[in-house]
Amino acid sequence: MSAVTKSPWVLHYDASSCNGCDIEVLAALTPLYDLERFGIINTGNPKHAEVFLITGSVNEPQITVLRQLYEQMLEPKVVVACGVCACTGGVFRECYNTLGGADVAIPVDVYAPGCAIRPEAIIDAVVQGLGILEEKRVLLAAGKLEPAEMPPLPSAANKTLQGRSVALSWKDAIAQAQESSKEEPSEKEAPAQEEK
Amino acid sequence: MTPLSFVIALVAFTVFGAVFGCLIAGVDRIITARMQGRVGPPLLQPYYDVRKLLAKENRSLNGFMGYYLVLSLIFAILSGAIFFAGGNLLLVVFLIGLSTLLFIVAAYSSRSPYAEIGAGREIIQVLAYEPMILLMPVFFFFATGSFNVSAIFSLQYPLIVILPLVFAGLLFIITIKLRKSPFDLSYSHHAHQELVKGISTEMTGRNLAIVEITHWYENVLFLGYVGIFFVWVHPVALVIAVVVALAVYFLEIVIDNTFARVKWQSMLGWSWAVTLVCTVSNLVLLTVIIRFFAGGL
Ligand code: SF4
Repeated sequence: MSAVTKSPWVLHYDASSCNGCDIEVLAALTPLYDLERFGIINTGNPKHAEVFLITGSVNEPQITVLRQLYEQMLEPKVVVACGVCACTGGVFRECYNTLGGADVAIPVDVYAPGCAIRPEAIIDAVVQGLGILEEKRVLLAAGKLEPAEMPPLPSAANKTLQGRSVALSWKDAIAQAQESSKEEPSEKEAPAQEEK
Repeated sequence: MTPLSFVIALVAFTVFGAVFGCLIAGVDRIITARMQGRVGPPLLQPYYDVRKLLAKENRSLNGFMGYYLVLSLIFAILSGAIFFAGGNLLLVVFLIGLSTLLFIVAAYSSRSPYAEIGAGREIIQVLAYEPMILLMPVFFFFATGSFNVSAIFSLQYPLIVILPLVFAGLLFIITIKLRKSPFDLSYSHHAHQELVKGISTEMTGRNLAIVEITHWYENVLFLGYVGIFFVWVHPVALVIAVVVALAVYFLEIVIDNTFARVKWQSMLGWSWAVTLVCTVSNLVLLTVIIRFFAGGL
């Protein structure tokens, strides 16, 4: 074990969703679990943090925020997606404004499932993250660490993400809603006509 | 202080200052954790933190920030070395002031609004503690007839006997110098304050490691300030001084854990009031002592 795994400082960001995982992560950082035993400190400053804990699904305004936080963190760093929302979008995946999990904005290293995520899963994920952190440190020391590839930005021209269409602004959302409301009555009317 | 004793002290302080500073910081974190009903980190946690910071990617908003911080570290070491070599107390006070000044300039060089708030508050902290720190050597001179720290070793009684109120004033402002609540306005170790990393927000990786190491040296020096009040010609005096310095540090940890951060106005007001009351009343006390007990004490 090198020093980097003995002193991982944590940054926590809650993107959106129901905040259940947010509260779980904060609860895991309280004195009750005493994470300082492992040198873990909740810094609240991306420039001092190694481990980025993200909870909640990602919508469009979050992309810039997440990217900024990620880019301000210095290598070696790991990103841990906490909860199914941060992994895939979870129950909010089909929401008009949800783009998906944290990996639509930044490269994610560890996915921790659970709705809400359990403290054991958070700890397991961070421990797994420490292994990756150590690998990255070795690469960095050898000058071989390449910056992780950023996911493509969803743009107005490319409104589909992971094979489904997404709304990028409220105007798009209204337009989409109007389109689907136009379609729905015609679907309902069709069987009605057959009955006649 | 001869050149030879200065060089010896410089080497010794560079090594042992860092070791003691690191151990004190580690013990501080464990005691703080115990006070909060936790187990706390390993004793060497501050060392692991610094090792980790040194291994991180090197990126800085301003190329000069690193130079400022290295100079700040060098002046802190010089200041401590002069102090423990028994040199001039005024020189010690000015050099450590210069070290703090460089730290502030380093924060301003990032031009980040967060760092600037922290740097502005650090300046207010300097304003709050500097009168007392500057008056301490003056009283030291009244009491010993010399500005040299080594003068305490030939005293017939410890300074605390005739300078009790100066010591009380020093105790008050040393909370600011050690960056403890309620006066940790510019930079805090705990994430429960409205401005957490303030002045060090933009200091990353190696730069932050230098800040931490400077802080270790500073802490040892400030505990030295406390210690000089308890040294006299008696052979066990040094032991007493070390014990008292550690007791004072424990007291600071208790204060750190019991108080919330105050506003800068209160900090400035209180520290100047305490400085004024302590120094003026100690001046009266000193006059009385000299008038009535001259040669007797
Ligand atoms: S995973 Fe479940 S508990 Fe966590 S934020 Fe999403 S919906 Fe809430």
